[in-house]
Amino acid sequence: MTTVLVPLDQGDQPLRPATLEVLTLARDLGEVTVLAFAEPGEELLTDLGRYGVGRVLVTQLPEPATSSALVGQAVASAVRQVSGAVVLLPSTFTSKEVAAHAAHHLQAGLLIDVGDLRLDAGRLVGGKRVFGGTWETECAATTEVAVATVRPNAVLPTAATTPATPQVQPVTTEAAAPAGLELLERQVADHSGDVRPALAEAAIVVAGGRGTFGDFEAVEELADVLGGAIGTTRDCVDEGWLPHEAQVGQTGTTIAPRVYIGAGISGAPHHVGGMSAAGTVIAVNLDDEAPLVQLADFAVIGDLSSVLADAAEALRAYRDER
Amino acid sequence: MKHVPDLSSDRGFGSDGRTVRTTDDGTLNEVDENAVETALLLKEAAQAAGTPAAEVIALTLGPAPAVDAVRRALQMGADSGVHVCDDALAGADYAVTARGLAAAVRAQGQVDVLVTGMAALDGLGAVLPSLLAADLGWPQLTVAGEVTLTDGVLIATRDVDGATETWRATPPAVVSVTDVANSPRLARMKEILAARQKPVQTVTAADLGLTEADLTVRTAVRSATRRPEPEPEIVADDGTGGQQLADYLIAHDLLIKESR
Repeated sequence: MTTVLVPLDQGDQPLRPATLEVLTLARDLGEVTVLAFAEPGEELLTDLGRYGVGRVLVTQLPEPATSSALVGQAVASAVRQVSGAVVLLPSTFTSKEVAAHAAHHLQAGLLIDVGDLRLDAGRLVGGKRVFGGTWETECAATTEVAVATVRPNAVLPTAATTPATPQVQPVTTEAAAPAGLELLERQVADHSGDVRPALAEAAIVVAGGRGTFGDFEAVEELADVLGGAIGTTRDCVDEGWLPHEAQVGQTGTTIAPRVYIGAGISGAPHHVGGMSAAGTVIAVNLDDEAPLVQLADFAVIGDLSSVLADAAEALRAYRDER
Repeated sequence: MKHVPDLSSDRGFGSDGRTVRTTDDGTLNEVDENAVETALLLKEAAQAAGTPAAEVIALTLGPAPAVDAVRRALQMGADSGVHVCDDALAGADYAVTARGLAAAVRAQGQVDVLVTGMAALDGLGAVLPSLLAADLGWPQLTVAGEVTLTDGVLIATRDVDGATETWRATPPAVVSVTDVANSPRLARMKEILAARQKPVQTVTAADLGLTEADLTVRTAVRSATRRPEPEPEIVADDGTGGQQLADYLIAHDLLIKESR
């Protein structure tokens, strides 16, 4: 049986949707072992068990514990100890860095941003959409050990049919940060009061572009009805209409929601490159020849403020009826 | 830096699973211009601090047309260029690309800072900077929105995955930058003309001492299929556009459900 190692990119916090998706995929590949960097509490263990995790390795990292190089080495060390064949992580920036370091130390094949995974004759095979969503590719590791990062919303998180009782096992991993590296300051944004999900992992994203002329009220209203996140384009950030953290695209956030709604967005390559892994694309635009309209599954040609507000009202009415 | 297919060009794969490139549709990966600018600023800071010999070397790995990326950096002000170009590197995955670039860095003698863009616009993998740091055994300051070199110490600030971090590293180190790190300078006519005289060294895998094991890929594209052109369902808003949008979401079961 293949051992799949999933490092937890958190302390004793509740599992994030992206991690639940990774655990859901991991379970189909083999026996899931989690690597935790803090002693897991009862609640976390119960949640891991619900997702079929049979074993939790716990290791302590030296400082700076958030160094990708250091975490990657620890992951590689743990994989060797349990003879793991697959390492799976969610596709966040830091996880991708950790994946790169782990793959380097394990001399493992590295698959990034894959949407689905399978084992074929002992080799990990991952599917990925590339070139602005125009091509579907399958990439296979040629090595026995493989490391992969999974794009958000690749699967719906599903608990195991039979819950497991994870065995907690302390392990000593070998890891050291490169000489000369020091973390001077780290501030984690407090998102406890956020009513909207994080953009990078949101299942639904409503994005507004230049066509909003800086008025995002209707965009926000629809996002809130849908429980989605707000996204935008680089020129809106340059205009100062929204902060950089809302930017979708090459140098902003890469997203892969189940549903992407782009309002007043023409669909410049920069932006499209960052959202083309979306499951369903909906465009609202005055111009029916906008590139985003052409690559959408569904498009409404009209004024975005009235269309989005009407959609929000219709969805509220639908919810109220149920 | 990376020479990438133009985003607006028709990009695709050949029957061998490799990216099809033509000579006329390539461009310097945009955020790599910020990397070049960072390197030039670090050089200027070093010179101001009394290191007149500081220089910027533009490095790329790729097929023949990739030298255009190096040329672009020379026009911005880089002093010389290195182009790793070898058929043996065709189909290089992340691992082989990183090994080739790391070997080329070692071949330069004393390199203090290796600067890259945070991601390539064609693949968006964003793992090369980390692989290079791992291969070279250097600390990394990645996805930096701000980077300085003062008194021989690199300080970088990054805003990533909900955390703002400030890291310090002593060279040699790998730095990757975002597009907010600076505004790349425009090449002036004088620099464009001067760039023609600047040396560009073309090196092969053998020149760099890369072995067959170094050139063995760890991942390979198995299949690549062009997705069918979407046939968008387009409706003109006659006052019911919003209702139709809502109906589309409902009919296609696209509202968020409780999954746990």
